[in-house]
Amino acid sequence: MEQPRAGGYHGIPRWIYALAAAGALFVLLPLAAMAARVNWPQFIPLVTSESSLTALGLSLRTSAASTALCIVFGVPLALVLARSRFRGQQLLRAFVLLPLVLPPVVGGIALLYTFGRQGLLGRSLEAAGIQIAFSTTAVVLAQTFVALPFLVVSLEGALRTAGGRFEAVAATLGAGPTTVLRRVTVPLVLPGLASGAVLSFARSLGEFGATLTFAGSLQGVTRTLPLEIYLQRETDADAAVALSLVLVAVAVTVVGLTYRRQGQTDRGSAAPAGERLDGTQ
Amino acid sequence: MNTPNHRLAGLLTALLLASALAACAPAPQPASPSGPSLSGPSAEGAERLSGTVTVFAAASLKATFTKLASEFEAQNPGTKVTLSFAGSSDLATQIGQGAPADVFASADAKNMAKLSDAELIDGTAANFATNTLEIAVPPSNPASIASFADLARPGIKVVLCASQVPCGAAAESVEEAAGVTLSPVSEESSVTDVLGKVTSGEADAGLVYVTDVKAAGGRVRGIPIPEAATAVNTYPIASVGSSRNKELAAAFIAMVTGPDGRKTFSDAGFGAP
Repeated sequence: MEQPRAGGYHGIPRWIYALAAAGALFVLLPLAAMAARVNWPQFIPLVTSESSLTALGLSLRTSAASTALCIVFGVPLALVLARSRFRGQQLLRAFVLLPLVLPPVVGGIALLYTFGRQGLLGRSLEAAGIQIAFSTTAVVLAQTFVALPFLVVSLEGALRTAGGRFEAVAATLGAGPTTVLRRVTVPLVLPGLASGAVLSFARSLGEFGATLTFAGSLQGVTRTLPLEIYLQRETDADAAVALSLVLVAVAVTVVGLTYRRQGQTDRGSAAPAGERLDGTQ
Repeated sequence: MNTPNHRLAGLLTALLLASALAACAPAPQPASPSGPSLSGPSAEGAERLSGTVTVFAAASLKATFTKLASEFEAQNPGTKVTLSFAGSSDLATQIGQGAPADVFASADAKNMAKLSDAELIDGTAANFATNTLEIAVPPSNPASIASFADLARPGIKVVLCASQVPCGAAAESVEEAAGVTLSPVSEESSVTDVLGKVTSGEADAGLVYVTDVKAAGGRVRGIPIPEAATAVNTYPIASVGSSRNKELAAAFIAMVTGPDGRKTFSDAGFGAP
């Protein structure tokens, strides 16, 4: 989330382009290789089979729900991390970011010992008649766990880049903290929030390990698209490849749309405001 | 204004490095048997075997093959057995894509047939063990499961393998033989995942192999099912056609199918082929 420096030095040594191209190829080539393996005549029947559509629908629904949870809990977390100072803040940040680098299966085990039937909270929840194991709720929890850091990192970066000067002005004009948050801070970092939310959505869509460990795999309930792909691969490689391509297409569409929209916003109002702020420094 | 971002970046880098290092750490080597070989010089005869044999084996063979591999190395000094365990269909796919395996041991005939149909194995595969399904329940058996029919009681959380994998196909034939239809809360992609749901107490019961129950020790209790006799899984082994050390591959297969292997497999709960 670096801000663009207009009028800066733009020269890049040529060899950097060569390495950049190799890096891009490294990502694109496997995708192209997969696309080349798709059984195109059978593509539509394969991806519109009942189990595929059920899995896709479940993936989209659960990812939307976990993105909503990420916003509800991630925005306050990012605000606290970016705007306040307290002991143990670095530690809190490290732990919030941990799911980024944790193998998802470890996240699944941790969730199991928290929300499972024998888990820390699971026992009380079960006593209250709430069963999370093997339910769609478990899928949403697993996705939220792995996706939350993406929203927090994006938004915290945006908050730091925006700085606190507008908020300070609003406060001197008599606005209370909640009004400042609602009328100044959130509109200011909306592009950052949007890209964080999209990254969270994309990460939720791809969630596999934690779901498999924690939620199980049942058609229409917990078997999301990645789990369906994993299972289809056992018997029907063509279906697995076709579904993989669908997942890639959905992810590319979602991420592409946001970055385009964010680019337009940057060229609109947000960027000049930022430049003016930098100029006054 | 940059410092906090830098700190964030530094933290991220540190976390990434830590996870990369963790991934690179060497896996612990299986303990080699202490002392000299108990069974004396190799029964194979005077020829000296040497080199490395790479064995791709079904995940359910992990304990037995690890034990047999260290016995093999002890009986044939100068040899090394490299083991790779995964689902049989994964391994068959890997070998089909040119993975450097010398020996393939599958948990079902189907995945071995995939390779023999593609003419990727030498000769015909030899069957060396069988396995049947059993009900696994948590040690306290909270749902008081006593028979296969109990699994169909309303409110029982039972976990099966999906029908796409061998243990799920076997579960389906047991259901048919018993005339009982189960409504599982989850259909897992591997028998390990089924067992995990039972040992963690999430599920009231699961259908796994007899050997899985035995290997889990006290973490689950096994309840035999008479109907399981209709769905016996056979384990075949064969040497891979592209193997560069066919002599060593043949010697390892001879051990698996011979008396040493027989004893190891029956100790682990496998049936005779």
